[in-house]
Amino acid sequence: MKWFSKKKDHRIQDDENNRLRKSHELFNFRRIWLLSFLLTSGFAIVPVIFFAVIDYNVTERLMLSETVSRTMRLTSNTWRSVAFYLNERQSALQFIVKENSYEALNEPRRLAEILENLRQCFGGFTDLGVIDSDGLQRTYVGSYPLRGKNYSGQKWFENVVSRGSFISDVFLGFRNVPHIVIAIKHRTGDGKFYVLRATIEHNLSRILSEINTTFQDKMKVDSGRETDVFLINQTGIIQTESLYFGKVLEKNRIPVPEVSDETKVVESKDQHGADLIVGYRYIPETPFILMIVKDKERLMKPWQQSRLELIQYLAISITIIILWILGITTYMIRRLKEMDKRRVKYLHMAEYSNKLASIGRLAAGVAHEINNPLAIINEKAGLVKDIFHFKKEYREDPRLMGTMDAILNSVERCSRITRQLLNFARHMNVSVQQINLKSLVHEVLSFLTKEAEYRSIDVVVDIKEDIPDFESDRGKLQQILLNIINNAFASMKTGGSVTIRAMAVPDSRVQIEISDTGCGISQENLRFIFEPFFSTKTEAGGTGLGLSITYSLAKELGGRIEVESKIGKGTTFMINLPMKLEKKEQSDASTASG
Amino acid sequence: MRVLLVDDEEELVSTLSERLKFRGVDSDWACSVKDALSKAEQNIYDIAVLDVKMPETDGFKLKRRLQESYPKMKFIFMTGHGSDNYYHIGSAETGKEFYLVKPVNIEILIEKMNDVLQKQGGV
Repeated sequence: MKWFSKKKDHRIQDDENNRLRKSHELFNFRRIWLLSFLLTSGFAIVPVIFFAVIDYNVTERLMLSETVSRTMRLTSNTWRSVAFYLNERQSALQFIVKENSYEALNEPRRLAEILENLRQCFGGFTDLGVIDSDGLQRTYVGSYPLRGKNYSGQKWFENVVSRGSFISDVFLGFRNVPHIVIAIKHRTGDGKFYVLRATIEHNLSRILSEINTTFQDKMKVDSGRETDVFLINQTGIIQTESLYFGKVLEKNRIPVPEVSDETKVVESKDQHGADLIVGYRYIPETPFILMIVKDKERLMKPWQQSRLELIQYLAISITIIILWILGITTYMIRRLKEMDKRRVKYLHMAEYSNKLASIGRLAAGVAHEINNPLAIINEKAGLVKDIFHFKKEYREDPRLMGTMDAILNSVERCSRITRQLLNFARHMNVSVQQINLKSLVHEVLSFLTKEAEYRSIDVVVDIKEDIPDFESDRGKLQQILLNIINNAFASMKTGGSVTIRAMAVPDSRVQIEISDTGCGISQENLRFIFEPFFSTKTEAGGTGLGLSITYSLAKELGGRIEVESKIGKGTTFMINLPMKLEKKEQSDASTASG
Repeated sequence: MRVLLVDDEEELVSTLSERLKFRGVDSDWACSVKDALSKAEQNIYDIAVLDVKMPETDGFKLKRRLQESYPKMKFIFMTGHGSDNYYHIGSAETGKEFYLVKPVNIEILIEKMNDVLQKQGGV
């Protein structure tokens, strides 16, 4: 049970470590990217859309009010003309009845003369008739056989009798042709009265269009289409020809606008539901309502064109903004990610050198404590040996002398170990020396030839002749090579080979490769091999310090070490060193591990 | 040549002193600063071999005091301590080659003594 809980603790700690590593490595960059992209584009695009909408509405309203006021102007000008036209004719008739006696008017020749004069001076008159107070047409000039017709039952006659003068709306009458009637009641001296009646056929629309020619032209230019100008009566029957809303005497398809004394412009819809702008005016003392109808959609066409342009501009600017923000955001986040990666790397390096430093301090402490008693053993044993030396019987006893030598050798061995530990901690000033790599390698190998022979390991040295002597720290380089070659030996049982290659590489550096045909290192272990106390041969007495020391030594020399390995095939260490030691790297190295 | 050995480990200095005598090096030893200073007053020493870490003081301070009084005296440090800091100070005081880490082979020590005597100048 105890074992179990211990194991569990261990696992929890591992998880914790993983989580920690992950947490200081990863912001969620995808999320940050998305968030900053959305926020930035939101802030950039919302005002653009806002102003576009405002502009859109303002322009539309402006356009509409422009149209409305233009329609208003057209309507009031037109009604004035129409009213004037009718008034003028009414006055002409008034003049005739005042100027001529009843008898004179009943003279057909005279009446025909008057009609001819009217036509010449005013135009528009079709015929002329005199009707007595009983409604009987006494005299008639015109192209219809209407003499003797009795109008007493007709609405217009009743109206003229009651009002004195009257303008009718369009009707067919006896002649069965649409026309309007302008009639004047005139009292004769004997208390009786008669009515002078004139008709205008068809002409009204022509007149309307003549009146409006100037406006029409203007409108054509403005809207690219004729405005529909026509008259209706108060029941909605069309009085003059309309372009789009029916023929004369048909029912108008637009509802009759509400009664008003003023010119008005309203929005309406036709039977298909299309929007219309309708200007209208009740023409006083006539049954007519002047209607000016414009197709809103067509009027707004130029506006729609500009609306389309507005939307296009909007779309283009939004696209550009989004692309820009996309680019910037992606760039920034990528930079951030890179920085973070670098930060994690530095953190990792700092952690690593901290670890090395504390282990260094520990090692130095231990070494110091051991060195002092070791020194005493050294001196005591040395003294004993010295004393033996002076006595002949002892001096010649090989067992005694051998034992003393064994003690002294063991002290020497111990001191080598403590010195190695001290070296790990202490960074001796890099003492720069000219180094001949070939001789250095052979020096190192001289320590190992015995072992190589004994274990029948083949050592191949291939050092290119073109490597110049270079500057480095001899002791450290020796130690690096020794450690790695030792490791290579350790990875093989018996047989196999170690190859040491060296070549000059660009940037005035030297590359030394040490390959073995040993057991290899698994990928997962490869990550840890430079970590202190990581060892796969703990049972075989490895301290796990060798490669860690090697790593920091190489760093001090301004170099780097890389490893490639395949399980069962062997391992290659690649040491890359500068040919000149830089001061900066030295101080870096000593602060990193001091 | 006359040598003063200073170390708080009596066993070490006494033995070392004895061994040096066998090899013809006249040597005295002291286990404390006080002891060392009084020995230096009584005799003239060519070389002082000092431990770096001692209970009351460190070897560097002792070296400076001795040097003040006896400017001709030469110094060798012998320490079990390998820390960077001490190493730098020690090397600066006597030179790198006279900063030795225990245990020291006696033949090497004698060699260093001869070397330090031949060194020119006070430091």
